[in-house]
Order: sequence, then C-alpha cells, then structure tokens
Amino acid sequence: MTEVLYLGAAVAFIVGLKQLGGPRTARNGNRIAALGMLVAIAVTLVAEDIINWGTLAAGLAVGAGLGAWFALRVQMTSMPQMVAAFNGFGGIASALVAAVAVVEVGLADQAPETVVTLLISTVIGALTFTGSFVAFGKLQGILPGRPLVFPGQKIVNSALAVGLVGVAIWAAISGDTAGYWAVGAIALVIGVMAVIPIGGADMPVVISLLNSFSGLAAAAAGFAIESNALIIGGALVGAAGLILTIQMTAAMNRSLANVLFAGFGSDGSTVAGTMSDKPVTRATPDDVAIALAYAESVMIVPGYGLAVAQAQHAVRELADSLEEMEIDVHYAIHPVAGRMPGHMNVLLAEADVAYEQLLDLEQADPQFANTDVVLILGANDVVNPSARDDPDSPIYGMPILNVDRAAKVIVLKRSLSPGFAGIDNPLFYDQKTLMFFTDAKAGLEETQSALKHL
Amino acid sequence: MSVLLVGITVFVLAAFVGFEIISKVPPTLHTPLMSGANAISGITIIGAIAAAGLGASPLAQILGFLAVVTATINVVGGFLVTDRMLEMFKSRRDRDRDSK
Repeated sequence: MTEVLYLGAAVAFIVGLKQLGGPRTARNGNRIAALGMLVAIAVTLVAEDIINWGTLAAGLAVGAGLGAWFALRVQMTSMPQMVAAFNGFGGIASALVAAVAVVEVGLADQAPETVVTLLISTVIGALTFTGSFVAFGKLQGILPGRPLVFPGQKIVNSALAVGLVGVAIWAAISGDTAGYWAVGAIALVIGVMAVIPIGGADMPVVISLLNSFSGLAAAAAGFAIESNALIIGGALVGAAGLILTIQMTAAMNRSLANVLFAGFGSDGSTVAGTMSDKPVTRATPDDVAIALAYAESVMIVPGYGLAVAQAQHAVRELADSLEEMEIDVHYAIHPVAGRMPGHMNVLLAEADVAYEQLLDLEQADPQFANTDVVLILGANDVVNPSARDDPDSPIYGMPILNVDRAAKVIVLKRSLSPGFAGIDNPLFYDQKTLMFFTDAKAGLEETQSALKHL
Repeated sequence: MSVLLVGITVFVLAAFVGFEIISKVPPTLHTPLMSGANAISGITIIGAIAAAGLGASPLAQILGFLAVVTATINVVGGFLVTDRMLEMFKSRRDRDRDSK
C-alpha cells in the first residue's frame, strides 16, 4: 500500500509538470504536484516507525515557516536568487540524508553500490548547496557579479576534482567514514570554486544547471535509501533542469563548458575603446514620446536593467497609454534576458501584461522589419548586432533580437558602459538609434508624462 | 532483478518522461517551471523524515533535523512561490475581465 501511494505521488509530479507547461493549466499543475508531495510526506510519517517525533515536528515547523516566509515576501525582481537559494536547500537536504545513513550505519557495513550512491548524493548535494549560495550572493549583490578569477585557478580546481575522486575511492574501499566527511568538505569547496568565476549574465545557465543538480542529488539519495519516489522525482527535475540548461547555452551560442570555465567577460581588454568616442544621438523624454506617438507598432525589449530599476509597472502604464492611442504594442523577450530563464516574463506578468503580448525570439524576430519603434529597456548584449556582423566579437554567433531592422530604435540606458560581457554595442551609434540616458523607471515615467502633454 | 537495476530502470524511464514533457514548455513559463520543478526535487524530504525520525545517535538526529528543515523550506517555499507567480500570469481576456 505504501509503495502504491508513493507511486501515486510520482504520477502527481508527472501530471503536475505536464500541466506546468501551459499557461492555462500551470497553476493547477503546481497544485497537483504539491498534493503529490503532501501524500508522500503523510505516507512516510505513517509508514516509518518514527521515534523522534519532537525533532521531526520541530524540523517540519521551522522549515515550513521559513519557506513560507521567503516565498511570500520575495519580490518578483529577486526571483532568480530565491530559486537559487531553494536549489541550494534541496541539494544540502539530499546530502544530509546520505550523511545520516553514514552516521547510523557507517560505510564498511553498506553494500558497495549503496556506498557509491551515498557518495554521489553527498557530492552533488554539497556542491549544489555552496554553488547555489554563491549564485545567490552574486544575484543579491552581496558578492560581486563579475567573474572572480585568480592566477592558477584552473590548477586549483583540477587538483580539487582529482582530490575528490581520489578520496572518494579511498573512502569506498577502506570504509573509513573520515574519508566520507572529507569528500563532503571537498565538494562544498568545489561548489564555491565552480560558481565564483561565472559572470552575472551567465546566471540563467548556472541556475538551470544547479536546478538539474538538486534533482540528481535527490535521485542519488533515492538509490541510497532505495526509494523509487525519490528516484522518479529527482530524475524528472534533473531532466527539466538539463533541458533548460541546454536551451540557455544555445541562446548564447556557447557550450556549457565555455560558460562554466571561460570566466567570460573577465578579460577587460575586450572592451572596445575604439567605438566609444563615436557620437550618439541623445534623446529627451519629449523626443521619445513623439517617436512613440507617431508609431503604429512598438516592440518593447526588456533586459536585466528593467528588473534592477523595478520598472515593470512603469512600462505597462506606458504601454497602456500607447494602446489607447491604437498603437500595437508587443514585448520581445530573449531567452537569456534577465538572470534566469523566463525572468522577464514573470516581471511583466506581475505588472499585469497579458502573456499573449510576450513574444519569444522566434516569434519576435521576423516582426522587427515591420516595426516602427523598438524601445529597449536595460537590455544590451541580446540586441548587439556585432553578434551577427562581427566575427571577432566574443558573442559572435549568439542569436540576437535584430532590432536594427526596425525603422527606429530607442534605448533607455543609464550610461554608455558596456554590458556584463564587456562588449561595446554598435547599435548605440547607429543613425536610427536614439539614446535616452536614464534609469529605466524614471525615464519611462518622464516619457509617460511627456506623452500626456503632446 | 537487483534493487540497483530496478532503480536504474526507474531513473532512466523517469528522465525520459521528464525530457518529453518539459521540452515543449513555452519560454514564458520557464521561471515557474523551474521553481515548480525545484519544489518537486524537495521529495528528498521523505528521506529526511526517515533520517530525523529514526536517527538513534545525537549526531544523526542533528543532521536529520537539518535535513528536514532544508527539505521543508524547499518544498513549502518552492510550491508557494510558484503559485504566487502563476497567479499573476493572465491572458488578455482575464486581464480585461479583471479591470471591469
């Protein structure tokens, strides 16, 4: 009976994930998955001969309280770091499950395959934990978002990786639990070392990958404690995270290895000083309002700057005013705009933008040729034509939104400083481009009031 | 069939199911998909409950307690925040109806 109910929970996860794939069914899908989880928890509480009810109840209460508190007060702009933190908690939970098995039974008395899965669960869980919290620190601004690199980094990392494998083999053969704890400690360090050299703009890949890892850690723990529910749940999440990881790297035209190991954007010499002294056309709020008012179609391209400025409501209000003037407004969203997959969509949904107005890369790109005005809000690399035109550019080959095919481009940006990748953007010097140097939110509000006074 | 082999079979099949159902998700739902999937990875909570509930030594109890806390944060926080996000996703029709 217990196994049947666990299977029911696993089915609920599958159905839930499937429904998460459509905007109409998504909320229901999440609830089905949550219900499956509730069933799994209830079954475990009944089926296991639990002795330590006090410890258990305290743990559940503290965890539920903290989880609810985080979930209900997080701002939508901070969603990437929230998901990173939750990935980290999931990872360490799986590692701790393995650790308890080692404390209770030891390594020497376990079957060989159990020892291996305990070690795998610990390694993946521990490095997911520290890696996720380094990502959290970068996204929250506690740690610098730029890649942190130092001489000999690759040698240190290689040594850590070799050391991890060596100690793990020794622990498995000797059955010495000291080896097990050393493996866990090395994995914690590897998690830190793996994420510090990765720049903020590459976070969509990192978060997707850590998401996958949190699932794999759960699956490995499932092998160790022989639970099919854990294996199924973990495998589903591992697959989901991996798909998103692949999609994100494809959207950057880079390999996963390049994202993880290149320390991208760290090479300050690639900042093209050659173009920065070229003239740009500066615009006032009135210029922007006039350009928008006489357009028939406007495409808004949001980027991370929109999230930083919390400008999602301001842009929706401006779009509403334009729609009242019978101007066609859509949003073009690059897969890696923002700091996690779908980050911009969540922000705009928060501001009540209907999801039909949000176009992905494939939908939006053919439309630029027929668009009168493109309004770029804090996006940079994803609209950089050098990814298309300049074979020497570090981002050459990355699929971009070809905004320069529209009749006019307006860029709201704080300054001419290059984006995270440190690459200058020829779009800013294009004759059809108006540069409005401002904070995205303030600039949108000024444009809105200029529009009212036309 | 050994327990390990059964486990590997289940893992491989579940991973294929995951690839099949996730690969068609539109980009607009990627964030809630990820946080929902993340909450599902909190299934490790059932291992954590067993660990905390059965642990005999003090160290096992402490580690088990921490496992339950972190897994529960992941489960409760993950599902709640996903629901909060999905509540905001509206079609044009929903939006027009709400504003009336």
